[in-house]
Amino acid sequence: MSGRSLRRHVTSGLMTGLVAVLSFTAVLALVLILGDLIAKGASSLNWDFFTKNPVPAGQSGGGVANAIVGTGIIVGLAALIGLPIGIGTGLYLAEYGSGRLGWIVRFVADVLNGTPSIVIGIFAWTWLVRPMGGYSALAGSVALAALMIPMIARTTEEMVRLVPHSLREAALALGYPRWRTSLRVVARTALAGIVTGCLVGVARIAGETAPLLFTALGNLNFSTSVTQPMQTLPHQIYEYASGPFEEWHRLAWASALVLMSLVLLLGVTARWAIRQRHGAAR
Amino acid sequence: MAPPADARLRLEAVRLTALYGRRAVVKDVSILFPAHTVTAVIGPSGCGKSTFLRCLNRMHELSEGGWVTGRVLLDGADVYDDAVDPVQLRRRIGMVFQRPTPFPTMSIYDNVAAGLRVNGHRGRRALDDVVERALTQAALWDEVKDRLRASALALSGGQQQRLCIARALAPQPEVLLLDEPTASLDPAGTQRIEELCHELKRLYTIVIVTHNMQQAARVSDYTAFFYLGDLVEVGRTDELFTRPNEERTEAYITGRFG
Repeated sequence: MSGRSLRRHVTSGLMTGLVAVLSFTAVLALVLILGDLIAKGASSLNWDFFTKNPVPAGQSGGGVANAIVGTGIIVGLAALIGLPIGIGTGLYLAEYGSGRLGWIVRFVADVLNGTPSIVIGIFAWTWLVRPMGGYSALAGSVALAALMIPMIARTTEEMVRLVPHSLREAALALGYPRWRTSLRVVARTALAGIVTGCLVGVARIAGETAPLLFTALGNLNFSTSVTQPMQTLPHQIYEYASGPFEEWHRLAWASALVLMSLVLLLGVTARWAIRQRHGAAR
Repeated sequence: MAPPADARLRLEAVRLTALYGRRAVVKDVSILFPAHTVTAVIGPSGCGKSTFLRCLNRMHELSEGGWVTGRVLLDGADVYDDAVDPVQLRRRIGMVFQRPTPFPTMSIYDNVAAGLRVNGHRGRRALDDVVERALTQAALWDEVKDRLRASALALSGGQQQRLCIARALAPQPEVLLLDEPTASLDPAGTQRIEELCHELKRLYTIVIVTHNMQQAARVSDYTAFFYLGDLVEVGRTDELFTRPNEERTEAYITGRFG
């Protein structure tokens, strides 16, 4: 083996090793977080944790049922508001957004995408909480929806753009009106990608805390009224983790484990959705 | 001898120029496509033959910067008239593309029915009949009749292309435009499509763009030779290939350029 060839082999080996170590580090972080959560949180998971509400400070026992239900309601409502708007915007951008208006919408979406979530929270407080005269779950949902819309819009746009142009032309040549081409052929072909984007978007906002501090506020009691303050898991974790009691810390770990599992579940579902579609379509 | 009942049915381009922005890619072309004939459009890559075809069903204007001058007459009426809805027009002029383009989310049946459903035909029985007829015309029925609900992507490339032909035929257009329909097919698939052209001209007026001169000679009654956006020569296929009038036509068909 000549000197140059040897050097290439050595360099190649070193780089491969380096990349392997780096990817291992990335995976290791996730494994450590999950492992730690399970180690510290799993022991506190029991029936009471899911069905009971918090007990007054200092007492032992109790659960976070109000926060779990609250997260469900607030995130669900946010998805209800945010997904149609986000998907609609994404479709518009991909199908009709080549003009000036499209450019503006895209620019605004990108800026909004980069806006810190706490800033969104402050705006939701200014525009919703103050005029409505009080903190509410609805205001929290709107803040989360605002956070989600630009994300959903941009991923939807990307997914729709992946649909081959020839498919669009085939539909138009068959006498499809343009709107019907967009919905029946293009959007349907991109559906797996759009659904994945939505699930990832929902998972992203499910863990948000900052925008909820100024809007949903938190609630020690069980509440399903969207016009009243409501507790959520991230908020619960924030409160319990920063509190002085050992019992609270335990519950915070368990809550974190539950939240993380929810997010993971959404992620796995997204993967599964892609696999299903591709399996069926292939 | 009495002329056939639908002798009027024909397609004609009159002084048609197609442009992208300010660049003309088809220049001042006038040509008549008689009813129930196959006309082949040949020429080297980039000669404007595909663009010309796309002007006939107003697909060219959907391309970025695409517009036309001149007229295209279908049964004597200008398809570029303000009163004509291009969406309706495209239901009268079917088109098949270079590569098979089945709708991936739809079954074989739904692909063929797509053009009818968009027209508002929903009767279950009627749809069944039309789908069977279109698939039979496209010589695909026997191969797919037992799996009409399967995904269209489960078919081979050649079958997919015949599916696209069936899809174009189902709404019963008057004209069929084929844009290099065999470009991505193997010889067997190509032969099937060429045989189809012979079958289908009894019912439709066909314009086929091809870069393959043997194919033009095999399938067409008339051949038009395009070069650099100009229609150089058009005539009966047997005459154009044996006794071309133009120097450039002869040079192209004898393989001296292109």
